[in-house]
Amino acid sequence: MKFIDEYQDSKLAKGLARKVAQRSTKTIRLMEFCGGHTHAILRYGIRQLVPKTVEMKSGPGCPVCVTATADLDKAIALTHLPDVIITTFGDMIRVPGSYSSLQRSKAEGADVRIVYSTIDAVEIAKANPRKSVIFIGIGFETTAPTIAASILKAQQEKIENFYVLSLNKLTPPVMKALLDSDKVKLDGIICPGHVSVIIGSHPYEFIPRDYGVACVISGFEPLDILLGIDKLVEQIEKCEPKVEIAYRRGVKPEGNTKARQLMEEVFEIGEANWRGIGIVPESGLKIRRKYEQFDADKAFSVTLKPPREPKGCRCGDVIRGAATPLECQLFKKVCTPESPVGPCMVSSEGACAAYYQYGTTENSPDL
Amino acid sequence: MDDNILLAHGSGGKLSHELVEKRFLPYLSNPALNKLDDSAVFEASGRLAFTTDSYVVNPIFFPGGDIGKLAVCGTVNDLAMNGAKPLYLSLAAIIEEGFPMRELEQIVQSIKKASEEAEVNIIAGDTKVVNRGQADKLFITTSGVGIIPPGFDISGANARPGDNVLLSGTIGDHGIAIMSQREGLRFSMTLQSDCAPLNKLVSQMQEVSSRIHCMRDPTRGGLATTLNELARQSGVGIVIEEAKIPVKEEVKAACELLGLDPIYVANEGKLVAIVDPADADKILARIRRNRYGRDAAIIGEVTREHPGKVVMKTKLGPSRIVDMLSGELLPRIC
Repeated sequence: MKFIDEYQDSKLAKGLARKVAQRSTKTIRLMEFCGGHTHAILRYGIRQLVPKTVEMKSGPGCPVCVTATADLDKAIALTHLPDVIITTFGDMIRVPGSYSSLQRSKAEGADVRIVYSTIDAVEIAKANPRKSVIFIGIGFETTAPTIAASILKAQQEKIENFYVLSLNKLTPPVMKALLDSDKVKLDGIICPGHVSVIIGSHPYEFIPRDYGVACVISGFEPLDILLGIDKLVEQIEKCEPKVEIAYRRGVKPEGNTKARQLMEEVFEIGEANWRGIGIVPESGLKIRRKYEQFDADKAFSVTLKPPREPKGCRCGDVIRGAATPLECQLFKKVCTPESPVGPCMVSSEGACAAYYQYGTTENSPDL
Repeated sequence: MDDNILLAHGSGGKLSHELVEKRFLPYLSNPALNKLDDSAVFEASGRLAFTTDSYVVNPIFFPGGDIGKLAVCGTVNDLAMNGAKPLYLSLAAIIEEGFPMRELEQIVQSIKKASEEAEVNIIAGDTKVVNRGQADKLFITTSGVGIIPPGFDISGANARPGDNVLLSGTIGDHGIAIMSQREGLRFSMTLQSDCAPLNKLVSQMQEVSSRIHCMRDPTRGGLATTLNELARQSGVGIVIEEAKIPVKEEVKAACELLGLDPIYVANEGKLVAIVDPADADKILARIRRNRYGRDAAIIGEVTREHPGKVVMKTKLGPSRIVDMLSGELLPRIC
């Protein structure tokens, strides 16, 4: 397929992997921030291509995984309100909360619908004027502009029964929180590709400057990722950390100005609760007062029991890069995609799901 | 009054008879069915295969077919996968009150067309009507009986190390065609479901070789799930090469967009055959001459190593385990 096959070429990939191996002398630890990268790395066997000196850790870049249990409980509680339709992205419905899940609410009779675009949620609101349609807004800077656009559309079209529960999160602040914690020592970060399409490369500049950690923005095809690894190894070997873009066909240094304007129009920055990490200041997006009529947090109140985390689940550590899924005792034994204990096993962007689905000789000793 | 299915059409009384006589019999007519006895009587001798399946597809009309065609092809294919020549089907329809008569007629017509192509007769049938909301438009269950020609023992348990793995064409066409029509996911494409009866293709394969060990149609759960079933059932390992698996450009594009892997997406007109390596090329050449097998390929082989597991050599070279589908296929977020 045009623009895809070129980036999956096995000869070029092997050449790049050889280049990395020649360049790499120090033992280094890289984190791929994004769950999409984790999946591609395991799906194509990229870890088997890079030299042993390069250790790869998965990061928190999975919108479903980082949603705090308390927030998930709130979304589930909203489904029990009369005359509501809950709309959400696919993976979210299967994540277990403290006491239930959106999927279970649906089976019990609640109206929970999967949408592919936020705009579809607005259309559902239009078609069901007597119901309150609540969109569970999760995701990073990639999805936030589309959610902002849906709120603006609802305002323009005077749709008064559309609401957003904004759980949107920002990438650079959580990177800072990870780097500030002593748990994980990193030499380089593969920065998210799609997020960077929106925010550009400037917001990562504090990372090499203040922490001496190399940053390369990479795309999601295997050659993109290998190129990203190559550039990171080069920076680290030369001790010259900086922010580089290895995804020029998608990312400009200044990002997508229009999308950012939409976000800034509708949202203001506030703290956010991250699973496994906790409250991170200035890492969340709240709906501005100007648009509060669309804010589900203001329009509905639900009483919640205190959240509880599943016993033995190490999603929090996996999200921080402090443990690999293989180090979790529940992995593949109790926790499987059929009966997931934590969100990392549910989401198609979750690290545990990737390790489960794309087993390698590395994590299947019997091969 | 005649435009929609009424509860009375399921009462067992006059309207029920009318429904069968006017809407089903004219299309599906054959001597055994026309008798309208409580059961159909037929003669058969030899090794018989018997199967049943229910169809609840949503939407019921999709590009390249509808629930009627699917209900015939699905059961015909299940028989064919054991090497059986399908003889007779039964068909039971559960219809939701209010279902448009016009749509029912359209579906019965495509049942007729599919059964003509597969050369099977529907010799027993039933209709029920349920209250609005108790079924989603129309559910169909078909059962089928087929006869296995002498000299064939085709089963999921018969794969042997060294055998070749054949795939009859591109994967993911049906699943993506259906997904493109679902509410909330509608995207426009020209892709059609691959829904088709494969019994003739199977007979042609049987004409050129008796050394076909396993066959299965990779429906729900896709190619990956089917290969895992066969590996487990036969107690062997399977190694496939990603680069050799045929996938249509449209399917690749939709899968990229939705974050899906085509090896997990459903097919309704494809088969996987595990065959003796000595006959593989001959069988492949015959499959390719059939209109439903033009893109067929040998995609891998059976190994003694890692019994019960499927390993795929990725496009980049390294290998990874391919597991069965887990949960539902849901689109990604970011």
